[in-house]
Amino acid sequence: MIRTTPFHERLAALNETGLWEHWSNHLAATRYQMSEKFEYFAIRNSAGLFDSSPLYKYRIHGLDAERFLAGVLARDIRTCQPGHAQYTIWCDDRGFVVEDGVILRHGPSEFVLTAAEPNLAYFGELIGRMDVTIEEVSDDWAVLAVQGPRSRDLLSALAPAVGGLPYFGLTSTRIAKVPVHVSRTGFTGDLGFEVWAPAADALTVFDAIWGVSRGQGVIPIGMIALYMARIEAGLLLLDVDFHSSRFAWTDADRSTPIELGLGWMFRDLANDDREFIGGDAIRREIAGKTSRWKLSGLVVDWQDYDRIYDRAGLIPPKDHTPIQDEYYIYDDDLNQLGYATSQMYSPILQRHIALARVPLDRTAPGSRVKLELAVNHRYEYFDANVARTPLYNPERRTA
Amino acid sequence: MPKTKTTSATADRTYDAIVIGGGHNGLTNGAYLAKAGLRTLVLERRHLVGGAAITEELRPGFWFTTFSYALSLLRPDIVQDLDLVKHGFMPILMPTTFCPKEDGDYLLLGQDHGENLREIGRQSKHDADAYDAFNHDVLKVIQAIKPLLDEVPPDLFSDDPEELIALAALGQRFRKLDKKVLHDAVRLLTGSAADFLDDYFESDVLKGYLASSAIIGTKVGPYSQGSGLVLLYHILGEHDGEMGAWSFHKGGNGGFTQVLSRAAQALGAEIRLESPVERVITRNGRATGVALADGSEFYAPVVVSALDPRRTFLELVEPRELPTDLVETIQRFRFQGTSSKVNFALDGIPRYPALGDRIDQYRGFTNIGPSMEYLERAFDDAKYGWYSKRPYLDTAIQSLVDPDMAPPGKAVMSCFVQYTPYHLRESDWDAEKENLGDTVQATLESFFPGFGDLVLQREVRTPLDIERTVGLSEGNIFAGEFLAPQMFFFRPAPGWAQYRTPIDGYYQCGSGTHPGGCVMGAPGKLAAGQILKDRARAQA
Repeated sequence: MIRTTPFHERLAALNETGLWEHWSNHLAATRYQMSEKFEYFAIRNSAGLFDSSPLYKYRIHGLDAERFLAGVLARDIRTCQPGHAQYTIWCDDRGFVVEDGVILRHGPSEFVLTAAEPNLAYFGELIGRMDVTIEEVSDDWAVLAVQGPRSRDLLSALAPAVGGLPYFGLTSTRIAKVPVHVSRTGFTGDLGFEVWAPAADALTVFDAIWGVSRGQGVIPIGMIALYMARIEAGLLLLDVDFHSSRFAWTDADRSTPIELGLGWMFRDLANDDREFIGGDAIRREIAGKTSRWKLSGLVVDWQDYDRIYDRAGLIPPKDHTPIQDEYYIYDDDLNQLGYATSQMYSPILQRHIALARVPLDRTAPGSRVKLELAVNHRYEYFDANVARTPLYNPERRTA
Repeated sequence: MPKTKTTSATADRTYDAIVIGGGHNGLTNGAYLAKAGLRTLVLERRHLVGGAAITEELRPGFWFTTFSYALSLLRPDIVQDLDLVKHGFMPILMPTTFCPKEDGDYLLLGQDHGENLREIGRQSKHDADAYDAFNHDVLKVIQAIKPLLDEVPPDLFSDDPEELIALAALGQRFRKLDKKVLHDAVRLLTGSAADFLDDYFESDVLKGYLASSAIIGTKVGPYSQGSGLVLLYHILGEHDGEMGAWSFHKGGNGGFTQVLSRAAQALGAEIRLESPVERVITRNGRATGVALADGSEFYAPVVVSALDPRRTFLELVEPRELPTDLVETIQRFRFQGTSSKVNFALDGIPRYPALGDRIDQYRGFTNIGPSMEYLERAFDDAKYGWYSKRPYLDTAIQSLVDPDMAPPGKAVMSCFVQYTPYHLRESDWDAEKENLGDTVQATLESFFPGFGDLVLQREVRTPLDIERTVGLSEGNIFAGEFLAPQMFFFRPAPGWAQYRTPIDGYYQCGSGTHPGGCVMGAPGKLAAGQILKDRARAQA
């Protein structure tokens, strides 16, 4: 049976399209308005409300919780103080990424980790003799992401503590008298927060947020608008930009964090004597420069794009709908170099953009590749330039 | 005064190029010249750049798009060439078009194609697929015509082989067109919008909506021959590849010109505000600089006027410096501004009775022009020297699209008004200004009962205000009417459609040159291309 999230009653009333997707066996709106692009602009101009409740959530606690997580997560949890959150990944012992998620550190030994897929057995089997308890609390919490330039002012009006939250800060406060956690996190690459409310009180919290949002252009946003924002922000999506190494059939389907552009997580690795799963392999990869490719941004050459469509007798389309599928990239002699995993026309960058796996000798910004796309029922090869991610990165995101 | 000091003072005032007027075309032109390495000065008369594309906070927290209010025709290559995204360029989708009817019904178009066809079918079942056919046919014409927006018109009167080749290429391109596409193009370019629309549709409200694009800014009615050209012009633009669609720039069109100004300065252009140019300095048939109203002078071998043709040829230089036939043509050039703006600060969002408490219909244009007959009757008043008793209104509650335009829960509403002829019979705009505001407000009240109670502030900008504030002659928003004899080869005058003037080093880049008005930037860009070409030639 398909399930609904704790916010469903309110969000269903706001969904004008009748379109729903299934996300971890929950109904999740594809879009609420006839125009997902309008929802997208709410994220960049006001704020969008996104229901992230279907994520898996694990409470990890016990005296050894920090030590445990320092060993199983690839990013050093010891650098995440109580009252903070961290984007993190976990790897296998060959240094391939299993999954990613956000971890909230509520106290010295009190954590909550989110994940796109179930991971209880995976983590459970790694506890050994440590004093650690992991329990799934997915249904206990309703999570509402409030994302966009107005998000801070809206939430501060309800819970002043939110006003001072730094990037990836975490606070426990009250909204409409309901005890909630608010983290300055999200999946849009904009200023944004996620409000964690006890499932039973979700509607009370939603109504309070909706109430202060009226008359300010705040609207719920569906999956498509979220995907648009996350591609611009260069945020990775499981089963699109990478696959879990646990379930991959071949190494071609596996990725290392360095390959995925997450090398920044290991900047202090030289001074970090921590032993963590995949650590040795990651150290070897960095030292030996054995990465196979790097996930990078691509920006399609607009003149070439127009030229190819004009030549085909077509008006060049600028479609913002994310294409989260493989499209190949080539060199000038049409030897395959790699592939794009996500692409779209970015309304805010006014260019066609993509996230792509490019060979190491082409990762310098401005390096040229050709992106293969079908035009008028035949393949054409579009000039594209490699660019650093995030492709869109407003100052307010971290300010 | 010691000689060295004089030299240095003159050097400070010497540039490679001076652009007169910091409207969007002046800024575009200045930015392209600066990008090419020219030391460029843009001189703006007012305290802010933007010309007619400005946004002003007339009441704390309420931002008015005083004049120009939406984007579509802006050339996409300008966005890329000048790196405007880096400076904040952000055209926001307007997802709806709302057309109230006089009987209380409405036509509401949105982003879902299937829903739109059903909605049109509610007015006329016949018109649902006719709408698709219309769009397809018109898109074909757009595809054929649109490249002209990015090209310098060939000189019909020149024997220069380069011009003859360009002319031949143009002819060749049209010869290659499909018969129907060429015929449709000619029907639109020469005929009336009403004839064209009647061939497809029966619904009055749909035709009223589409025909409104055929009159905006121009003293024609939908039944006038020549209105087809205006219709075609207004749908040659795009929003992110969607032809004919309009968008709202973040912060209004003033937000856009601020972006342009930042880009121009980043490229090295210098912008001086409150620097009204009195005249262009010429010596031996060459422009050498400009003199400001305060007597100060700036020097450059290239002087570009972004002002309209009347000011460019008859005010900034002495007519006696120009050929008589050019002077005569410019004197005959039709301005006859006919549009006004009435902008409102509102205490809330108006209600449309048939839609109850819904407000999502206002997130784009609300078109008060429920039939072609309504538009034509509005035009009738103007023909005889008066403003429309029931004016055509193109309104937009812009704060619903960009919430930063008004405080939470409040709204700003831009309201384009037509017809309001510059020359009134037996009265003038100083006397009629607030009466026009009342007429507009009464018209809105008739569609949105209770509208008047929401009004916190009203700003009326007549053609006379446009002329006085922006400097556009007779308040014509396109810097000269869109009439066939004033377009392409002939804009602004036969033989002078290539941005040059009879005075060496003196150029024109305003909307009075090809392709014309709207926030398009093409004149500024194309003129810069000509200037750079001439410089390269001179240096060769």
